[in-house]
Amino acid sequence: MPVDAEAVVVSNTRLPGGYSVLEFRAPELAALAEPGQFVMVRASRCDAPLLRRPYSIFDLVRDPDGRPAGFTLLNKRVGVGSGLLYDAAPGAHFCCLGPLGRPFTLVAPPVEAWMVAGGVGLAPFATLAPALAARGVATTLFYGGRTSADIFCLDRFERHGVRVVTATEDGSLGERGRVTVPLQAALEAVPPERAVMVYACGPEPMLKAVADLATRFGRPSEVSMERHMGCGLGGCYSCVVRVKTQDGGSRYARTCIEGPVLRGDEVLWE
Amino acid sequence: MGVDLSVQLGPLRLKTPLMSASGCFGYGVEYAGVVDLASLGAVVVKGLFLNERDGHPPPRIVETPSGMLNAIGLQGIGVHRFVREKMPELRQLGATVIVNVCGTTVDEYVEVSKVLSDTEGVAALELNISCPNIKEGGISFGCSLAGTRRVVSAVRRATRLPIIPKLTPNVTDVASFAAAAEEAGADAVSLVNTFLAMAIDVEARRPKLSNGMGGLSGPAIRPIAVRMVYECARLVKIPVIGIGGIVSAADVLEFLIAGATAVQVGTANFVDPFIWGKLEAGLRSYLERHGIPRVADLVGSLQTGSAR
Ligand SMILES: Cc1cc2nc3c(=O)[nH]c(=O)nc-3n(C[C@H](O)[C@H](O)[C@H](O)COP(=O)(O)O)c2cc1C
Repeated sequence: MPVDAEAVVVSNTRLPGGYSVLEFRAPELAALAEPGQFVMVRASRCDAPLLRRPYSIFDLVRDPDGRPAGFTLLNKRVGVGSGLLYDAAPGAHFCCLGPLGRPFTLVAPPVEAWMVAGGVGLAPFATLAPALAARGVATTLFYGGRTSADIFCLDRFERHGVRVVTATEDGSLGERGRVTVPLQAALEAVPPERAVMVYACGPEPMLKAVADLATRFGRPSEVSMERHMGCGLGGCYSCVVRVKTQDGGSRYARTCIEGPVLRGDEVLWE
Repeated sequence: MGVDLSVQLGPLRLKTPLMSASGCFGYGVEYAGVVDLASLGAVVVKGLFLNERDGHPPPRIVETPSGMLNAIGLQGIGVHRFVREKMPELRQLGATVIVNVCGTTVDEYVEVSKVLSDTEGVAALELNISCPNIKEGGISFGCSLAGTRRVVSAVRRATRLPIIPKLTPNVTDVASFAAAAEEAGADAVSLVNTFLAMAIDVEARRPKLSNGMGGLSGPAIRPIAVRMVYECARLVKIPVIGIGGIVSAADVLEFLIAGATAVQVGTANFVDPFIWGKLEAGLRSYLERHGIPRVADLVGSLQTGSAR
């Protein structure tokens, strides 16, 4: 059951490339959140922009006693709503509805976790990584962007013992090419008896490529879909994605309540 | 002072004048975790045809100044699955359920209405003759007086449930449609559905919605909707339900004073699913402040003479 928290901006750390990390204080919302869930943020109190924006929960923040205190969002300035968040000053209030959506399925050893991120698609993995680390799961992050400016926050992952593999299209950091290049190499190299679960979040062409690769190599995958959402609660039917049905047909599923995390082999990619 | 928020909608008594607008509240059950469905005047569920419908490909919505366009295309599970899968939970939650009935033919409206008439717990039928987003049926009935009469009178013969045709604003004289619906046996009318509209991505020179056009809703349409409700309420004797851009208690009051007996809230529920308690509290405090014992006393209370 979600709450609509009056979340207070604690800090807004600007990163290169129009990205920023906003930390919010919202203990009651943070206490409910699971890796892969999202919040609907109201960027304004008037009619412009009218609708809330979906954001993956990035980090869960704890107070010195270890109790949930808040969360962070990874924001990229693109339109009006994300611009208001980029410009937000500490002390500002935003209504945040959440946590919403179906979280990632957590694997347990001996299954390994391979997280594949593109751009702001990194966001849900910052909470997935520590949750997997707590279970003792061996975890790798494949992280791709156009240039080195799209790659950040690696320390958050290395801190939890995550092995990090980066790829940039211009070759400015890590391997040259898309993130699927090192992913495919790893899928080819790993012996079949080692069980691997692939998690992906990022632009849709990347999700499709990752899900197809995982399926081709006989590995299960979960993808976190980022769709235009009107309400986040299943009311408006705007955030749909085509999924396969058991009878061999297909239907539109609402990513806000049946997702955002869906099985990679269940999505019928357009 | 305790105030009375109940209103009489033809044969139907509602606890409050506040209802969810169709298509903006799923089948109601989606909201059971955030809203006490029994506290609403009624839950109006998403439009239903006889069979399941796929709806349009995404993108299905686009934000516009103080509003949004949608072209969902009436994705839905069909009336039979609704009755089997959703009605038991809605009844258990104590919701007053109004079903938005769709059809591509007059026969389909009749068939869907018959199924719902045989279903325990359905309080009324809202006839959607006003969806701008589908090719066949729907708005093509709602844009012609003869079509409106045909659908309403055929359903009238098929059910004893209260029927509420939902009118489109995409006509020159909406009040004449309210009158036609009244003559054909409607118990109330609701208005407005969305305004047919369009938004273009200038970089790509393509429509922003996959369907090309869509329906405009939200605060942007409120003044036009208030005017249309006012015109209808003056012309017909049956109750009018006001819809369009409500985001606050003041907006609800505007519709009631213009002549609406009750209202529906659509787009604003997307922005704030906890809006219902706030609207109700706002209504109560207004009535107390003005010493008005019953919300029904406000209906159509617009003063049009010169002030003082
Ligand atoms: C996403 C969406 C879906 C809708 N679906 C329906 C529907 O299935 N049947 C219907 O009669 N009206 C439908 N409508 C129209 C609304 O019920 C309402 O008439 C309109 O949105 C104006 O009210 P509002 O400004 O409060 O949203 C829909 C509106 C939206 C925004």
